[in-house]
Amino acid sequence: MSINITITLNGKKKTLAVAPTQSLLSALRNNAKAKEVKDGCSDGDCGACTVLMDGKAVNSCLVLAPAADGSEIVTVKGLGTAEAPSAVQESFVNSGAIQCGYCTAGMVISATAFLNENPDPTRTEIREGLSGNLCRCTGYQKIIDAVANAAKKNHSQGE
Amino acid sequence: MSYKDKKFRIVGKPMPRHDAWEKVLGNTSYAGDHEIPGMLHVKALRSAHAAARLIAIDTSAAEALEGVEAVLTAKDVPHNETVTKFGQTHTVGGFEGLYRVLADKKVRFYGEAVAIVAAETPEICDEALKLIKVEYEKLEGVYDPAEALKPGAYLVGEDESNLVCQYKIRKGDVTDGFSRADVIVENTFTVPQVDHAYMETECGTAWMGEDGIITIRASTQVIEHFRGIAEVLGLPQNKVRVIAPMVGGGFGGKEDITVETYLALVVYKTGRPCSMVWTREESLICHGKRHAYKMHYKTGVTKDGKLVAQQVDILSDAGAYVYLSPWILLYSTVKAVGPYDVETVKVDSRTVLTNNTFASANRGFGGAQVCFGYERQMDEAARAIGMDPLEFRRRNYLHQGDAMATGRILENAVETEATGIKVMEMLGEKTVSDKPNIVIGQGMASSMMSYGRMTFLHDTSRSYVSIELDGSVVVRCGVQDIGCGQTSSLASIAAEVLGVDMEDVTVFFGDTSLTPLAGTTTATRMLYMSGNATLKAAKAIRDNLLDKASKHLAVPVAELDLVNHQLVVESAPERNMELEQLVKLCASDGVELFNLAQFNAPAREFMDFTSGQGQVFADFTFGSHAIEVAVDTDTGRAEILKYVACYDAGQAVNKLSAEGQIEGGAVYGLGYGAMEGIQYDRGKTLNPDFATYLIPTSMDVPEIETDMIESGGGLGPFGAKGLGEPSSVPSAPAFVNAVCDAIGKSINDLPATPEAILKALES
Ligand code: FES
Ligand code: FES
Repeated sequence: MSINITITLNGKKKTLAVAPTQSLLSALRNNAKAKEVKDGCSDGDCGACTVLMDGKAVNSCLVLAPAADGSEIVTVKGLGTAEAPSAVQESFVNSGAIQCGYCTAGMVISATAFLNENPDPTRTEIREGLSGNLCRCTGYQKIIDAVANAAKKNHSQGE
Repeated sequence: MSYKDKKFRIVGKPMPRHDAWEKVLGNTSYAGDHEIPGMLHVKALRSAHAAARLIAIDTSAAEALEGVEAVLTAKDVPHNETVTKFGQTHTVGGFEGLYRVLADKKVRFYGEAVAIVAAETPEICDEALKLIKVEYEKLEGVYDPAEALKPGAYLVGEDESNLVCQYKIRKGDVTDGFSRADVIVENTFTVPQVDHAYMETECGTAWMGEDGIITIRASTQVIEHFRGIAEVLGLPQNKVRVIAPMVGGGFGGKEDITVETYLALVVYKTGRPCSMVWTREESLICHGKRHAYKMHYKTGVTKDGKLVAQQVDILSDAGAYVYLSPWILLYSTVKAVGPYDVETVKVDSRTVLTNNTFASANRGFGGAQVCFGYERQMDEAARAIGMDPLEFRRRNYLHQGDAMATGRILENAVETEATGIKVMEMLGEKTVSDKPNIVIGQGMASSMMSYGRMTFLHDTSRSYVSIELDGSVVVRCGVQDIGCGQTSSLASIAAEVLGVDMEDVTVFFGDTSLTPLAGTTTATRMLYMSGNATLKAAKAIRDNLLDKASKHLAVPVAELDLVNHQLVVESAPERNMELEQLVKLCASDGVELFNLAQFNAPAREFMDFTSGQGQVFADFTFGSHAIEVAVDTDTGRAEILKYVACYDAGQAVNKLSAEGQIEGGAVYGLGYGAMEGIQYDRGKTLNPDFATYLIPTSMDVPEIETDMIESGGGLGPFGAKGLGEPSSVPSAPAFVNAVCDAIGKSINDLPATPEAILKALES
């Protein structure tokens, strides 16, 4: 048995036939082919699957696909493009915050949501804000740098 | 300013990596992101016992299920028993460790694959797995390597003994050494099995081409496993192709075959494309771990701080299959006394089969375990003679020209002392606690870690470089990029030598059919080996370009350079020429604008195993970490106030990347020191998820300050050394040394969790 849900994925309307118990992560990866959303544990423990759902960062593996019906989903692909990357994306590249890149999609989404809530954070606040996203490669140092640099940049542009 | 005078434009600068943009935009296609129309899904049935005899497997009900294409067991594998290979281009004798593609006769560890199912959907796979009936006869098994060595112990495999192998090193007479010691310090250290916990689990796809070639596109550190896969299937090696796209973390855990043989087998049997993705639980339970060790260190020192004797006994738990255990133990044995000059040395080491999950490569390859041993011991010995730990180390550090315990002379740069001094300087004065329940401690650790494979493996790497008619550059090199900048560094090198920008270089990598074989992405060897091969190829093209320009302009080559897309004539800048123009000139004259180069590592014969004398490694990376902690004596919580690390990188190719390696390594090692460990109940993994197997989060780790010495004394391109593994080795002992300094007690077992710290406080 499958049910149809309609979501807006990175600005485009999509109707997906999902199973009642299917996770949003699975619906995004397997039905919508949004392979940029990563699966690190399917269990809510790693944050690799983080997407924006109606503006809030969620672990998409913990959301049932039917519960996402009617919602607006933004993945890392929806944040920016090569021509017009988001400030956070640009900062991740320039700060050296990307190694294997497997955590990056979720990390960038979490950082984006975090900076929306807290545009002028301390480094400790950034660490708290990203504590649900595991990264095994970087030791977090350059990820924290990237978020701090993005905040600084937003700030100087706002002034 | 150019590469010519070693005044680099690109090398050594902090640069964004060339693969970063595609990753941050979500465009990089990892092995698990690939879909093939009509592909089957593959899952494994895994043993619920750690030790059992396989009496019968009935797959008929599973096979009858609609949507199931194949159910395969050991009898379906053409060559089910095979040996672990390094995947390098040369044949290596000795220590070939048997492993089985699918369990046969006996199950040796919890989670061992007993059968695989290929079906139309993952859900049908799950259904089918439930329908397979396996009859087991439970066996007692053995779970402790010391027990496994006793006469009459349960035998894990089919051999008469569980002992896999043993080594020894003898330098002088330790009895004599100990007799000259003023103080003798003796300690036993234990370190647990840990997981790599890369964010991307083992995964891949495979298909049969119209040419009959089986291609496997998998998350792997070794595309050259195509040889082993061909052997399993009984096919010629040139009928199997392996592609490694960008890998979501490796750390040694994707050095052995994981999904590859299962995928290839399904394609071979069904002719259909297929995909296999392991769950996190499978990953934590079933792939090779870092070996658990028990190490006994007995150290003799004089009052004035000279190491006169060290006796080391190492017992390693190989787990259920041999895999790379013998090599890893050899690494540990050679490095057992660390970067120190000890007058007399006696090392004995053994690795033993048990019914725990098999252990194999993990960042440090045996170097991390012994570093915990020798660096804890250095602190304990310093304490015993009342000497400052850095001062004590300084009296014993090996220097350039000194001999290791194996007799090997360290002929290249050895900057350990400089890194040790530097980190303690960076750490500064000890913070003074203002709370009665908070005690502050400082600790350091130095290490030596090889980069490049063991010299008797006769390691090689190949790289092809070409310059196109528009001046853009192509590198084809069979590297696997596991996230440390393996391909990006090749782009930097080619760009530097050919006078273009990094963006002008495309690196094709990781495909056994299209990229020249470059060997494994293991052993911190990629920059060293493939960097040198790429440098050699790029230089050959540069020589051709400059030679042509010299003739064309009648200017000596010595006055020419390639900088910023231009041929620069130093004596007459008005005669400078666009690179593109020069390339076209060469092309029309038939000058070769490509080069395929091979770099051969210095090769040696096997060391003398009876005395442990000889050369095993080409060179080492030296460095130190230092940590200040605040321990809460009520809770045992150790908060890191400051973390510093310093390495001799030889020559950083990309400063930003090199720093990233040191930071990432520090935290990887800190997980080992403070929190990680696979827990078993008679071989059954008790913590198979990230809620119970904890790795560091951004909240668990401090800010990390790094520093680099660039001695230029490495064997890599431009004098580079390697950082990948070395950077993670000293963290655990530095952390525990700091904690012990704070609480004034000894902790000799990892991980040093708050509970362990509380226990030590109470002792
Ligand atoms: S995949 Fe969702 S939290 Fe790990
Ligand atoms: S960059 Fe590899 S997990 Fe974060």
